Amino acid sequence: MSDNTWQQILFTELKRLNITYKSQQLQYLTLSIDATDWSKISNVLRGLEARFSGVWGDVLRTNIDVYALFSLEQHYLLVKTNLPEPPFSLPSISTCYPAANRMERHMRDLLGVELQDSPDDRRWTRHQAWKDKEYPLHENFPIKRTSYKKTDGDCKYPFFQTQGSSVCEVPVGPIHAGIIEPGHFRFQVIGETVLNLEQRFGYTHKGIEKIAIGKTPAQLLKLAARVSGDSSVANTWCAAMAIETASNVKVPERAIYLRAILLERERIANHIGDIGGICNDVGFAFAHHQTARLRELWQRTNAQIFNHRLLMDTIVIGGVANDINPDQIQSLLQELDTISRDFDQFIDIIQDYPSLEDRLATTGFLPHGTAKALGCLGYVGRASGIDVDVRRNNSYPPYDKYKVQHVLHSDGDVLSRLQVRVEETRSSFKLLSALLHGLASGDIVNSKITLLPNSQALGIVAAWRGEMLAFIRLDDRGNIARYYPRDPSWLNWPALEALIDDNIIADFPVCNKSVNGSYSGVDL
Amino acid sequence: MLDLIDFKGWLLVIIQTWMFVFLAPLLVGWLTWLKCHLQNRRAPSLLQPYRNLWRLFHKDVLLPKHASLIFRMNPYIVAGVMLIAASIIPLFVVRMPSSATADVIVLVGFFALAKFFQSLAAMDIGTAFGGMGASREMTVSALAEPAMLMSVFTLAMVAHSTNLSTVVETLIQHGLVLRPSLLFAFAGLVLVAIAETGRIPVDNPSTHLELTMIHEAMVLEYSGRMLALIEWSSMTKLMIYGVLICNVFFPWGIALHHDFYSMFIGFIAIASKLMLLGVFLVVAETVLAKMRLFRVPIFLSLAFTLSLLGLLSYIILEVGS
Repeated sequence: MSDNTWQQILFTELKRLNITYKSQQLQYLTLSIDATDWSKISNVLRGLEARFSGVWGDVLRTNIDVYALFSLEQHYLLVKTNLPEPPFSLPSISTCYPAANRMERHMRDLLGVELQDSPDDRRWTRHQAWKDKEYPLHENFPIKRTSYKKTDGDCKYPFFQTQGSSVCEVPVGPIHAGIIEPGHFRFQVIGETVLNLEQRFGYTHKGIEKIAIGKTPAQLLKLAARVSGDSSVANTWCAAMAIETASNVKVPERAIYLRAILLERERIANHIGDIGGICNDVGFAFAHHQTARLRELWQRTNAQIFNHRLLMDTIVIGGVANDINPDQIQSLLQELDTISRDFDQFIDIIQDYPSLEDRLATTGFLPHGTAKALGCLGYVGRASGIDVDVRRNNSYPPYDKYKVQHVLHSDGDVLSRLQVRVEETRSSFKLLSALLHGLASGDIVNSKITLLPNSQALGIVAAWRGEMLAFIRLDDRGNIARYYPRDPSWLNWPALEALIDDNIIADFPVCNKSVNGSYSGVDL
Repeated sequence: MLDLIDFKGWLLVIIQTWMFVFLAPLLVGWLTWLKCHLQNRRAPSLLQPYRNLWRLFHKDVLLPKHASLIFRMNPYIVAGVMLIAASIIPLFVVRMPSSATADVIVLVGFFALAKFFQSLAAMDIGTAFGGMGASREMTVSALAEPAMLMSVFTLAMVAHSTNLSTVVETLIQHGLVLRPSLLFAFAGLVLVAIAETGRIPVDNPSTHLELTMIHEAMVLEYSGRMLALIEWSSMTKLMIYGVLICNVFFPWGIALHHDFYSMFIGFIAIASKLMLLGVFLVVAETVLAKMRLFRVPIFLSLAFTLSLLGLLSYIILEVGS
């Protein structure tokens, strides 16, 4: 198929339905449409099997721009509409794209865009932290908090109810017995079997989007690194990429390589941790301790060479913060060699245990159709046959020079999600070695950076959880006017609700770990 | 010539019971130590369980708002029951006066009593986890108890007595004979013990995941000395099962006479038997993942079948011989 066939099909379809649009080839193909056509166009896109990637709003002084990103035939498509004046209102697209629901509710809570015909319009992020008709992202909402009162408990949230004898409700969290992030899970069970699970998040809302406003790009990258601690490289790169694209900043090749090295290191650390975590949740402690050891060694090297265990603040606008010298490259390669050998040995060992396999196979089954409807990303999607990897599909430097191994499973159970992680880790080991060997020489940061005021762009990178997105608009002084980071967990959390049905409630922890969404990344 | 008040005997009972109770945390410490070494980890000190108990005893008790008398009494009932149960098991010496007061069927009853109150207390405070834990515990024990009784009956038929002391003595006197019935009963009892003491693959004593817990889910709301008593009782229970298995199926070394030398030998024997049992337990726990909850009934019906086979093989093969 030639590059533009998908556009022609789309345009014909839009014409047929009398949808007026203005198309522009910006960073990605951008369609500006009327707000009334908002749900119609998503219907068209759904018909064309486009993948939904994100929806967010941007408050300009008195009006609001709303964007939705789709991916059609591996090409990104940005749909945009403008809501000129209050009351802001937009047709909901969550009937076509169920995964859009939470993002829409988030947008409503923070921007005040009401959604028409939404199947679910309960509040999402707000809890009781600010007043009902106040919207933090509007200009008149103060950045500094005005009251130091404790936020009331959100006791009246209307959870989904099940009627009938022998149905029992089990509330879990937001405070858990282990040291994990807070999230509330409401189960309806019959005996041990889960009838329904409903998630409730927002307990770690930090006001990231609000405090980002007015920050300088350098300050924003610091903030981005802290959106979700386990994805700090991905978030920073994403934000940096958006700013650099908006201002046409060229990043030196060596810096691009170093960024990829950092990102792959983050991926490996998290995958290794998850592999152990999944095994631990079925009482297989051996795996947990071994992976904890590997991960610890890995992170110590991070601290030693990149100055931070979680690689925070390693990426700056136009490059990276620290260079590595040939000795450090050697030691990284050596470490890579030992860790990957230990990893292989460890995987060989755990694959020998039928009782572990018995526990993980068929547990938490996510069918391909559901995964596709929800637009699952990363290992959750790839374990259910959804092949989305930004490094391959929409490859950006330096991944355009390296072949990223194709990892795809179709069983959709916890075991597949574990295997996808194992294979991705191995592929990252190879990639890392290639990157270290092929590291280009030159500067690590572009010293001549001029930021373009009033520009905007998207950053898209392949975080370890999957495709990660950041939208950034600069104001007239070159500071941040809007920052919206879309963690892949937005699209993976709903999958957990779907895959737990008909499993036993005792298997929830392992299913949850196999999805391992970020709480902090979606609470923002 | 029955001494109604056998002072020396009762003194031994008291010593033995307290040894049972005070050495139980050491057994748990030993298991943890072994497990750590088996998994290439640095182990905490063998005395760590004592320190944990000490710490808990010095903490304040926080009671849930709706806790009734049952919730508050439960730790003492459970601890008391375990103490009495410990007093009737021959640890390093047989022919104790206490063993005449209760036999092995009463022991099963003791465990059931403790579990009954534990489950009531778990449901008393009305949290979802307590109810879930209680329901799971009851499911497990409803299946485990028949299996345990079958296994016990096999022993009783072999020894013509349900008195533990007599069983042990009879088996020593028979010498080392390969009895299929006892092999089956042994296997059955081991499976029951794993289920009843909440070890992997049935339950995971060291988990923090509320939703997967069985026993721990019932005691989530306890704190301070109440939690300490419950933890200590679980350790004692583990010890009781361990000693039961060691002394009934491998009775050699236990003191038949109340003199210092044979008791010393008896003590060394049971200590080494428990250490060895610990090794087997820990290896099994390391190589096995926790099984799915709905597999537990299958696991326990295997225990029941094995015990029943023991009983049948006794009747078919060994009666009259």
